[in-house]
Amino acid sequence: MADTSDIGRVGKPVVMKIEAGKIREFAKSIKDPNPLYRDEAVAKAEIGGIMPPPTFLMTLAHWDDGDGQPRVPLDTRRILHGEQEFEYFKPIYVGDTLTAVTKVANIFEKTGGRGGTMKFVVMDTDFTNQKGEKVAVAHFTVIETGQAVASS
Amino acid sequence: MALSARNLKVGDTYQEQIVENLTRTRLVQYAGASGDYNPVHTDEIFTTKVAGYPSVFAHGMLTMGMTGKMLTNYVGDGRLTKYGVRFTRQVWPGDTLTATAQVETIREEGGVHFVDLIVSTVNQDGAEVVSGYASARVDP
Repeated sequence: MADTSDIGRVGKPVVMKIEAGKIREFAKSIKDPNPLYRDEAVAKAEIGGIMPPPTFLMTLAHWDDGDGQPRVPLDTRRILHGEQEFEYFKPIYVGDTLTAVTKVANIFEKTGGRGGTMKFVVMDTDFTNQKGEKVAVAHFTVIETGQAVASS
Repeated sequence: MALSARNLKVGDTYQEQIVENLTRTRLVQYAGASGDYNPVHTDEIFTTKVAGYPSVFAHGMLTMGMTGKMLTNYVGDGRLTKYGVRFTRQVWPGDTLTATAQVETIREEGGVHFVDLIVSTVNQDGAEVVSGYASARVDP
């Protein structure tokens, strides 16, 4: 049985000001040339301002020194990102300040094929803007495999 | 350009090649931009000798991000209400990926129109690397 004592553990709030430069850098890294991520005038005319790409919120998970992620002991040599989901409630614009709070939603085990017994950890993150509005949530599932699993 | 419910039908598909011949440099670039420095994506020695993989491999979030580019190109910017994926297979340097959205449902809730999409990204061998779903607001 998986040790479920970490369920409910909450990380420290992570605060990020949404900056145009960070969005431009992120859009470049996913090879997205959309001018709405880099040209303020175009973005303002089309959608009211520069908005981050849909998966940009994941950068908040790596923005602080690690205290935002509630600690669950996992072997970093054997972890894989299993699933990811975002729900978007309100628009996010450059200049907003987001606060992300992450909690451990679930921990469970499954017996798999190639990877042996796999441990699943689900983390839920709430993203709130400077007006106190919940703008998005993320559900992150990480898998600790029994051994390195390479699929071709 | 946003989609319009009246011009959509179940089964419509939209497809884009999202990366050709993925490079290790791209993995380093995504690591820097996202802040995700897990060494299995950038450190070949750690990944092969310590973790036991054949080589570094892409961040799942890089594949999800590039697949998201296909989605925003299709549904328009600021339109997504939900986007989720399962990472079904690793993505390796040299891979070429193609992402597809297929219309599953067109619905109306409180006067607002939505489209639900089945999302799939495959590699050059046709093997699925991302299996997902998305919902977006569309015009009437």
